[in-house]
Amino acid sequence: MDFGFSQEQDLLRQTARSFLEKECPSTFVRRMMEDPSGTIDEFWAKLAELGWLGLIYPEAYGGVGLGFVDLTVVLEEMGRAVMPGPYFSTVLLGGLALAEAGSEVQKQAWLPKIATGEARVTLALTEESARWDAEGIQLGAKPTKDGGHVLSGTKLFVPDGHAADLLVVAARTAKPTKQDAHHGVSLFLVPAETKGVKTALLPTMDQTRKLAEVTLSRVEVGPEALLGPADEGWTPLARVLDRATVALCAEMCGGAQKVLDMSTEYAKVRVAFGKPIGAYQAVKHKCADMLVAVENAKSITYYAAWAVDEGVAEAPLATSMAKAYVSDAYRKVAGDGIQLHGGIGFTWEHDLHLYFKRAKGSEVAFGDATLHRERVAQLINL
Amino acid sequence: MDFNLTPEQEAFRAEVRAWLSTNLPPDWASRPTTDIPRVEMYDLGRIWQRKLYEAGLLGITWPKEYGGCGLTWMEELIFHEELVLHKAPPPLNILGLGMAGPTIIAYGTEEQKRRYVQKILTGEEIWCQGYSEPNAGSDLASLQTRAVRDGDHYVVNGQKVWTSLAHIADWMMLLARTDPRAPKHKGITYFLLDMHSPGVTVRPLRQLTGDAEFNEVFLENVRIPASSILGELNQGWQVGITTLMYERLALGFGLQTRFQIALEATLGLAKRMRRNGGTAAQDPVMRQKLAQLVIDNAVFKYTGARAITRLLKGEMPGPEASAGKIWWCDRHQALQDVAQEVLGPYAQVGKGSPWAVDQGIWQYSFLRSRANSIEGGTTEIQRNIVGERVLGLPKD
Repeated sequence: MDFGFSQEQDLLRQTARSFLEKECPSTFVRRMMEDPSGTIDEFWAKLAELGWLGLIYPEAYGGVGLGFVDLTVVLEEMGRAVMPGPYFSTVLLGGLALAEAGSEVQKQAWLPKIATGEARVTLALTEESARWDAEGIQLGAKPTKDGGHVLSGTKLFVPDGHAADLLVVAARTAKPTKQDAHHGVSLFLVPAETKGVKTALLPTMDQTRKLAEVTLSRVEVGPEALLGPADEGWTPLARVLDRATVALCAEMCGGAQKVLDMSTEYAKVRVAFGKPIGAYQAVKHKCADMLVAVENAKSITYYAAWAVDEGVAEAPLATSMAKAYVSDAYRKVAGDGIQLHGGIGFTWEHDLHLYFKRAKGSEVAFGDATLHRERVAQLINL
Repeated sequence: MDFNLTPEQEAFRAEVRAWLSTNLPPDWASRPTTDIPRVEMYDLGRIWQRKLYEAGLLGITWPKEYGGCGLTWMEELIFHEELVLHKAPPPLNILGLGMAGPTIIAYGTEEQKRRYVQKILTGEEIWCQGYSEPNAGSDLASLQTRAVRDGDHYVVNGQKVWTSLAHIADWMMLLARTDPRAPKHKGITYFLLDMHSPGVTVRPLRQLTGDAEFNEVFLENVRIPASSILGELNQGWQVGITTLMYERLALGFGLQTRFQIALEATLGLAKRMRRNGGTAAQDPVMRQKLAQLVIDNAVFKYTGARAITRLLKGEMPGPEASAGKIWWCDRHQALQDVAQEVLGPYAQVGKGSPWAVDQGIWQYSFLRSRANSIEGGTTEIQRNIVGERVLGLPKD
C-alpha cells in the first residue's frame, strides 16, 4: 500500500502551482468573472500547451495518457487558484463522456480537438427538477425515419453551456422499466450551432464558474449523434458523473487548503488587544478545526480518486463518501475563513468571497452532502 | 498511490485471519460488542493477550530481539483490520502495548529493554501511566510529585490521579520532578516504578459509568532504584512527549479499530430497533446520521493510511496525524449519541432488565465516550498542539 504521491506527481503539483500563481492570480480571476466565457484564448492555449486539456485522454487521441490521480493533483491546484473558465466542463464532463461512451469515430473527431484547445465541450444533464439521477432526465428525444432523433426540452445549470462548441445532451428515449430505473437514457452529441439550440448565461453566485440554460427546440440530429448505447446511456454517464464528482472534490480540497493558509497567515500578523489573534484559543482552535477538516477532506478524496481510477467495486461508495464530506467541509472552512478575517473578510476586495462562493457552487453540483449521504446509505444496504 | 497489498502482506493477512477464526474465545461472538475492555473482561483480556503473543501477533513493529515481530506498520494495520472483522476482544495490557513498550524501546538501556519489553507483550506485567496529578492535567508540566536522590535510590512523594488500570498494574510510567529549581519542563524525570513497592497505595475512583477503571495513586516515601530512570535525569519531559506521540500513532490504529467496531454494532442496532412503524435504519433522518458515521469511519481510516505511508517511507508524521485524535473524539461521541437516539426510550433501561437491549452495553459505551475528549490530552489541548506545532500559530 502506498497512500502518497509519487515524485512525478509532486513535480506536477509544483509546476501547476507556479504556473497558476503566475498566469491565474486573483486579478485574472476577477477579470474573468466579468467575462461571459470565463476565459480568454491566450490562457486556454497555455492550458493546451501544458497538456492539461488532454491530461487523462489516451495518447492515441492527442492526450497525455496520465491517470486520474495525476489529474487530482492538477485540480487541487486549480481549486487553490479558483481558476475560472470551462476547464472542468470540457475535460471532466463533455470530454470524459466522449472518452467513456464514444465510438472510435466520435473520439477521433473530438478528443484531439479538446486536447489542442480547439473545442470546448460540456454535458447538459440537469433540468428544472434539479435531479442528479436518471429519472431526472426528461428532455425528449423522438426517433426520426432516417435513424436520427428530434430533441426538445430545457436543460438547466449546464456548466459553460453558453460557451461550448459541443453539447453532450442526456435525453430520454424510453421509459424506465420496472427492473431498471436507469433504462431509457441516451446521450447525444449536439454541436452548439445546430438549428434550434439556444443558450443563455445564468447570473450565478459563483461568478468564476458559469452556468447556462440550454433550450432545445425541435433540434434534429442524425444517427451519428448518438453517443454510446441507445437507452442505456446512464451506465457510461454514471461513470462520468462519479469521476467528475471526485474531480470536483479535489478542486474543493485545493480551495479549502488555500483558505486555511490565508487564515493562518492572517492570524499570525493581525494584532488585537496587544497580541496576534492566533495566540487566542478562540482563533487557534478554529484554525485547528479547519486543518482537521482540510486533511480529512484530502484523505477521503485521494481514496476516491484511487478508487475511480482503478475502477474498483466500491468506487461509487467512495465517490459519495468523498462528496458528502468535502461539500460540508469546504463550505464550513470557507465560512470560518471569513469569520477569522473579520470585516476585511466580508469585503469584495478580499479574495475570500471567491472561495466562499466556489464552495457553495461546488457543494450543490452533482448533489450535496444530504444527497450523497443517502446514496451511501443505499450503497451499504442500510 | 496504490491500496493493493504485496503477496507477502496478503499472506500475512491470510495467516492472521486463519488464526483468529480458530482462536477467538468460544462465547465471544454472542456477547454484546464493546470497543474497550471493561472491568469484568480483565481476565479474558489477559488470557487473550497471551494467546495473541504466543501466535506472534503482538508487538508487530517491535524488534525481534525483544520479543516483537520486526515487521512494518503495514502489517500492524492489517492486523488491526482483521481484529475488527473478527470483532476480537482487546488485549488487556493496552497501555503497555501502546505506550510503555515503544518508549522503552526508544529510550531504554539494553538491560531495560531485555527486562521489560517481552513481559509487556506476554501480559505478564501490566502497565499504567502516572502522568496526571490533581493539579496537573492539561498543564502536565506543572506536576508536583517529587523524587529526591538518596544513595542509589530516589525517594518519591506525591499523588497521581485518573490512573487507568493502576489497580491491576505491576508497573507505572512515572513522571516526577527531580529539579524543582529548573524551568518546569526541564526538571522532570521519567521513572519505571514497580507498583508493588512499599508506599504505593491505589484507591479506585468510581467513574460516571459506575465502573472503577481508573484510580488515585498515592506515593509515600517510595524508593525507586536510580537504574529505573528511563532516558536521562531531568529529560523526562522529552521521553513523556515521545510516549504521547506513540500513543497517538499506535493507538491511532486502535482508535480506528474501535470506531469501526462501534460503527458496525450501531448499524446493526439501527436495523433491529423500531421507529415510526419501520426500523430506525429506514428513517430518512436516521439514515443521514448513520451514513455520516460511515463516512467518518472512512475518513478516519484513510487519514490513518496517509500517516502510515509517511512512516513507511521513513518520514515524520504530517499534519494528517495530528488531526486524528481531535476528529476521533468528536465523532466517537457523535456515534454514541446516534446509538442512543436509535435506542429511543430503551436507552434508559440498563443491565438486569429483560427489556435491556444488548444487556445494557450501549449505556456503558455512551457514558464512557465522554472521557474520550479528556483522556490522553483534552481536545482543547490537542487543538493548541495542532494550532501551535502544525500551523505555527503563536503561543498564548
